[in-house]
Amino acid sequence: MNNMDINVQWVFTSMALLGLASGMIGTFVLLKKQSLIGDAMAHAALPGICIAFLLYGQKSLLFFFIGAACSGYVATACIQFIVKHTRIKEDAAIGIVLSVFFGLGIVLLTWINQHEGGNQSGINDFLFGKAASLTGSDVNVLAVTTIIMIIITSVFFKEFKIITFDRAFAQGIGVPVSLLNGVLMFLIVSVVVVGLQAVGVVLMSALLITPALAARYWTEKLEWMTLLAGVFGALSGVAGAYVSLIAYVPTGPLVIIFATALFLFSFLFAPKRGLCSKIIRRHVERKKLRVKQLMYERGEQL
Amino acid sequence: MSYTIWILLTATLVGINCGLVGTFLVLRKMSMLSDAISHSVLLGIVGAYMVSHQLQGVSMLIGALLVGLLTTFLVQLLHQKGVQSDAAIGVVFTCLFAIGVVLISLFADRVHLDVEHALMGEIAFVPWDVLEVGGRSIGPKAVWLLGFVLAINIFVIVFAYKELKISSFDSEMAITLGIPVVLIHYVLMGMLSLTTVASFDSVGAILVVAMLIVPSATAYLWTDRLSTMLICSAFIGVLASVIGYVGATAFNVSISGAIAVSTGVIFFVSLWIAPKHGLLRKWMKKSPA
Repeated sequence: MNNMDINVQWVFTSMALLGLASGMIGTFVLLKKQSLIGDAMAHAALPGICIAFLLYGQKSLLFFFIGAACSGYVATACIQFIVKHTRIKEDAAIGIVLSVFFGLGIVLLTWINQHEGGNQSGINDFLFGKAASLTGSDVNVLAVTTIIMIIITSVFFKEFKIITFDRAFAQGIGVPVSLLNGVLMFLIVSVVVVGLQAVGVVLMSALLITPALAARYWTEKLEWMTLLAGVFGALSGVAGAYVSLIAYVPTGPLVIIFATALFLFSFLFAPKRGLCSKIIRRHVERKKLRVKQLMYERGEQL
Repeated sequence: MSYTIWILLTATLVGINCGLVGTFLVLRKMSMLSDAISHSVLLGIVGAYMVSHQLQGVSMLIGALLVGLLTTFLVQLLHQKGVQSDAAIGVVFTCLFAIGVVLISLFADRVHLDVEHALMGEIAFVPWDVLEVGGRSIGPKAVWLLGFVLAINIFVIVFAYKELKISSFDSEMAITLGIPVVLIHYVLMGMLSLTTVASFDSVGAILVVAMLIVPSATAYLWTDRLSTMLICSAFIGVLASVIGYVGATAFNVSISGAIAVSTGVIFFVSLWIAPKHGLLRKWMKKSPA
């Protein structure tokens, strides 16, 4: 029982770290307007994971990571190729790559289910995520990789900031833009792959952008936004994992529901940019204007 | 009729339906909205079950239609209130889908609809779920449902062809001509939701996206005429269904996944050999020979 509790604590810790990392990285994804590319990458990871499983023969987070990272890269390259060389627009290109890669993943998944026997149960969890299914070594890998990602994001923070907001300026002052874009892409792929097992393919992209979008309502400064997005992500991760463990519901959807609740709260009640404060402000301004108008009319009469 | 023919007929109907609706999505640059609606429709199906306690027919269509329109409306609303459009789509559909998945897992013992089924579909079981009239079976329910939706789609496209065409290519001109652009938008979203839910049960959420976007984008490479593109994308949809089904039975894998892959293969081939917009043609033009 005691052992179980320690495992549960580890699951919570790793979910918090995962939320923190994906919130922080998601901030840049959101600001670079790449939310749907994150979605495509998460779906495209599935065939990579299946191929890694077929080649290696058993469940191994490291090989899954390599496989998913490779197919994630291939998917992004395909999207860029289609957009650059045909008249098909980016949204359709993302849709094509996302659905075809995922279809391939499903084909491979059914192949594995039929040919490799009962070994596959670990892979099916990748669809919707199951924090409870994380074993001790998974949790270790998850914790270590997310900590590394958080450190990389913090170290390159200033550079990421410049390339996100003003690419031309960054190029002008000699920042290696394409290298840094590559690093950022690597971080996105990594966090998607690491998160798959906990949150699942379908909803991983939401863990990237929803906390960041919520954080956007509270501040105008990137530093605070990144930090806040991380905190929101961590909060939803822990809350989702907690409810998932007691209610036997997949973790991914719960995490996303909590994250969306945080977003809705921010959207409505954030001090400056929230909907309520906007309405109140408009009301106050209108009143002021009416008073001014009234005074003006009186002045005319006098 | 035999088992195989019913499955092929189902897949064909899905191909035609999705090809027709998808064409307008690709032209209007709204492909990702189909991704969104195909996921959030799950909530509509669960919601319809919770209200009507059955998993079929009209209640499911109404539920899906409502949630589909709700998705469009919410995306529009968030976008109007200053959320960038890609993020608006991403937040809305993931949240609705998540609620759907949680509801399914809570009522798992009573709903004959598990989540994997929703994602991948189970076209292989279609022929056994037959519709009976007066004690005689008149074919699978899925086929009737898809046929019904196809009738609606064709009716709307024929009836409002000019309006759809103008508003898809030049919405500002459509507004000046007095075409109700917003109404057309929601009608199209309604068609999308109906098509999605009718296809959903037999082929799953992801294949619906593949069937909606990929054949239409492929047809977009082959032709410049809207009428040709509609026929072409329906034909590609049917072709992909047949190839996918044959491939899936040969290797004993998921039929819907195989159909999605075969749409991808057809797209890849067209990318190179399409007459006007194919890459080979473009490169031949560039090199002086």
